[in-house]
Amino acid sequence: MTEYLLIIVSTVFVNNIVMVKILGLCPFMGVSKKLEAAVGMGAATTFVLTLGSGASYLIEHYLLGPDLAYLTTLSFIVVIAGIVQFTEMVIQKTSPSLYQILGIYLPLITTNCAVLGIPLLNVQAKHDFMESLLFGFGGAMGFTLVMILFAGIRERLDGADVPGIFKGSAIAMITAGLMSLAFMGFSGLVK
Amino acid sequence: MISALWVMIGIAVFLGAVLGFSAIKFKVQGNPLVDKIDAVLPQTQCGQCGFPGCKPYATAIAAGEAEINKCPPGGEEGIHKLADLLGKEFVPFGEGAAPKAKSVAFIDESTCIGCTLCIQACPVDAILGAAKQMHTIIASECTGCELCIPPCPVDCITMLPIGEDITNWKWRYPVFAIQEVA
Repeated sequence: MTEYLLIIVSTVFVNNIVMVKILGLCPFMGVSKKLEAAVGMGAATTFVLTLGSGASYLIEHYLLGPDLAYLTTLSFIVVIAGIVQFTEMVIQKTSPSLYQILGIYLPLITTNCAVLGIPLLNVQAKHDFMESLLFGFGGAMGFTLVMILFAGIRERLDGADVPGIFKGSAIAMITAGLMSLAFMGFSGLVK
Repeated sequence: MISALWVMIGIAVFLGAVLGFSAIKFKVQGNPLVDKIDAVLPQTQCGQCGFPGCKPYATAIAAGEAEINKCPPGGEEGIHKLADLLGKEFVPFGEGAAPKAKSVAFIDESTCIGCTLCIQACPVDAILGAAKQMHTIIASECTGCELCIPPCPVDCITMLPIGEDITNWKWRYPVFAIQEVA
C-alpha cells in the first residue's frame, strides 16, 4: 500500500511529467490560457493516460512479450490513437462546449509525448499491472495539477502590468521555467 | 514475423470494432442543414471566406450570419448550389470578394445646368464652378466617394473607373481577416 502511495506522490510531485521530465509541453503551453480549458484538458488526458497505461501493459505483457518487443512503440501508438478517438466521441457527446474549447488539442493528445512516454517508462521500469495504472494515473494527475496552476497564473498575468518585451508567450515561458525550478524542490521529498 | 502481423491485425480489428460501436452509441445529432451546406463547400479549408474553415462557414451560413458568395474556390457553381439548397437568390461574387475599382466622378458638361448642388455635397472641394456656370471635376482631388451623384437633378455625373497604370499602381495590402466563431 505504501508503495502505491509512493508511486502517486513520486509521479505527481517528484518526477512530475511536465516540470521534471519535460514531456507534454504542447498542451501545457497551448491549452493553459483559460482555467476551464486547462481543467478539461487535464481530465481528458487523465482518462486517456490511465486507460492507455493499463491497455499498453496488457498488450506489452500478454500480446507482445519479449519476442515481439520491437512492436512496443508501434502498438502503443495505435492503441493510444484509438483511445483518444474514443475520448473525443465521448466528450463531443457529453460536453459540446468543452469540445469547442479544447478544439484541435483534443486529437493532439495522440501526439502528446507524455501519453506515449508513460507507457514506455512503465515498460522500462518493469511495473506490474497495478503499478502501471497508478503510474499512468499519477502522471496524469501531475499533468493536471501543473496545467491548473499554470492556467491560474496565466489568467492573473493577463491583468498584470508586464513590460512590453515580455508580453504574451515570453512571460509564459519564463513562468514555466520558474515553475520547473520550484518543482525541483520536491526532489528530496521521497527518500 | 507472421505472429507480429496477426498481433497488429488483431489490435486494429479490436479497436475498429470498439470505435465503430461507440460511433453509433455516441452519435451527435448535429444541425442537418450545417452538414448539407458543408457537403456543398469544397473543403479546401482555405479561410478566404473569413472563417477558420469550411465547417465554421457552413455554420455561419446556416445561422444566417454570412452571405453565400464568400467562397472563391467553390466558384459561381458553388454559389448556385448553395442558392438552390437554401432557396435563396443567386448572389454573384462582389462586395468583399472583389473590391470595387477605384474611380473618379465625371460631369457631362453639355447636360450640367449649373445648380451648384454637387459643389455643396463634395467633401473635398474637388468640383469647380459657380451658379449658372458649368461645373467640372478636378480629377486629381476627387476621392471617388460618390456623394455628388444623389443631389444632381439632371443625373449628369457618372463614375469613371481609373485604369491602373505604371504611375498609380501599388502593392495590395495583404488583407486576410480571420473571424472567431466561438
